Amino acid sequence: MKIRMALAMTIAVTALAPCFPAGASLGGDMTSVRDDQVKMQGTLRTTSIDSYNVHEIQTPGGVVVREYVSLSGSVFGVAWQGRSHPDLHQVLGAYYDQYVQAVQAQRAQRHGRGPVLIEQPGLVVQMGGHMGSLTGRAFIPQSLPVGMRREEIR
Amino acid sequence: MRALPSRIFLPFGLVMASMLTFGCGAGSNGGASQSSQNGNNPVSNVQTITVNAGPASVYVDGAFTSVTVCVPGSTANCQTIGGILIDTGSSGLRILSSALTISLPQQTNPSGSPIAECAAFADGITWGPVQTADVKMAGEQASSLPIQVIGSANFSNIPGNCTAQGVPMDDLANLGANGLLGVGQAIQDCGSACTTSGQGVYFACPSSGCTDTPESLVLQVQNPVASFATDNNGVIIELPAVSGGEASVSGSLIFGIGTQSNNGLGGATVFGTDPFGDFSTTYKSTAYLSFLDSGSNGIFFLDSTTTGMPVCASLNFLYCPASAQTISVVNNAQAGTNGASAPASFPVGNGLTLVSTNNTAINGLAGPFPGLIDFGLPFFFGRNVFTAFDGKSTPGGTGPYLAY
Repeated sequence: MKIRMALAMTIAVTALAPCFPAGASLGGDMTSVRDDQVKMQGTLRTTSIDSYNVHEIQTPGGVVVREYVSLSGSVFGVAWQGRSHPDLHQVLGAYYDQYVQAVQAQRAQRHGRGPVLIEQPGLVVQMGGHMGSLTGRAFIPQSLPVGMRREEIR
Repeated sequence: MRALPSRIFLPFGLVMASMLTFGCGAGSNGGASQSSQNGNNPVSNVQTITVNAGPASVYVDGAFTSVTVCVPGSTANCQTIGGILIDTGSSGLRILSSALTISLPQQTNPSGSPIAECAAFADGITWGPVQTADVKMAGEQASSLPIQVIGSANFSNIPGNCTAQGVPMDDLANLGANGLLGVGQAIQDCGSACTTSGQGVYFACPSSGCTDTPESLVLQVQNPVASFATDNNGVIIELPAVSGGEASVSGSLIFGIGTQSNNGLGGATVFGTDPFGDFSTTYKSTAYLSFLDSGSNGIFFLDSTTTGMPVCASLNFLYCPASAQTISVVNNAQAGTNGASAPASFPVGNGLTLVSTNNTAINGLAGPFPGLIDFGLPFFFGRNVFTAFDGKSTPGGTGPYLAY
């Protein structure tokens, strides 16, 4: 179901793959993580780009989660948009505690409320929007495939 | 209130009387027209707001007010709580348990289990029980309104599927306010989605622990102003223009749109939004999702690559341009609404310099957020910003919309 085009960074194929297992935790291995699609009771659409795959899960609650997976099967980025944030325990995996500490550190220096903008050498987490319309993304910057721009995780 | 002026103007004829009545903003199409009052003085609909450091003494660009909550039906068992942040980005009244000294009745389900809520914001969650209060501001009252009490000691175990949605803001240090007054476009804080279970928002909490539960619309925490007896179709936030920074400024939160002589739309442009207040903004020929959020303490938009402005060296959530910039955008009504489109501009200064003063009202405070434009409180300075509630009738059309 995956067709490679000669030109890099162009969408090669979009296919409905309702039983395809989706990687979940940042930094995790696709073969070792739970099936998010089942957990979220959503529909899955897989898009293959030249250097990575995107697993897009649409939940019944109206949240779209996109998981970015390298060709070797490693999850390096997750983006979302919808009524709620996704399960950040699941999405961030081993990075969850680092995220909590970074959020608390940022609150201490920001003079009020605004979006979360965590930028650390090994972890980027951005959470914005407002009640009822939330968006965000998390990725491991050094794990992006060569030539991929961070703006592509969205 | 409407009958008396009509009688006064009867000698001028019925046509004149109805024109004058309409001119007073009392048109029968107004969402607030079902007035329950019979006196000849309109209800006081002006609540003073102040941009200051807030109760935690740390805030910049936050608009605060006070709210009176009473045990439903009581006029004696009441408390007025200051330091409540006005938030057009959410709906519902939330008060820190630490700021609440009276005991309010707990909402329970038919089995008698208390109901608690996990409310998700961009920057974290608030967790705590849903309780019921009469909520009073200016001369207005919302009776038996479900509100959220945050950080209650009796609900200290936050469910895992709540912390999964963000880091708790359950005390003054984390919230920066004694509470939030959510007066966004939405009526309820969750809406129809939460009438089915599994949303991670409402929980039934018997002694064995909290589990996700459906919550009917009327029981959900909701926009207090939409529950007022009058002036309940929207709000206006009026703040003076700020040039650079000021130690503090005061303004008004006005209830109702076109319901009294002081809350007409005038020349404001109406932009249709989605039910949560989202619309679209064009910057350098590209359209982005956008919203007006008085609860954001800056204008957070796009990224350094797109705007050409670096973030501050030590504060990556603020822009630090070498010299002050003026950003020009075009705001567009949400697709499928009224098609309105109008340019707007706002300044961006050096964030590090701006927050290093003792000023709490700062025009020019801005930072990045990739892919969208969050018009926070600085955008409200010098603009009268109207928020019309979802499904409510106003002289500018039926909400949801924003106007300024």
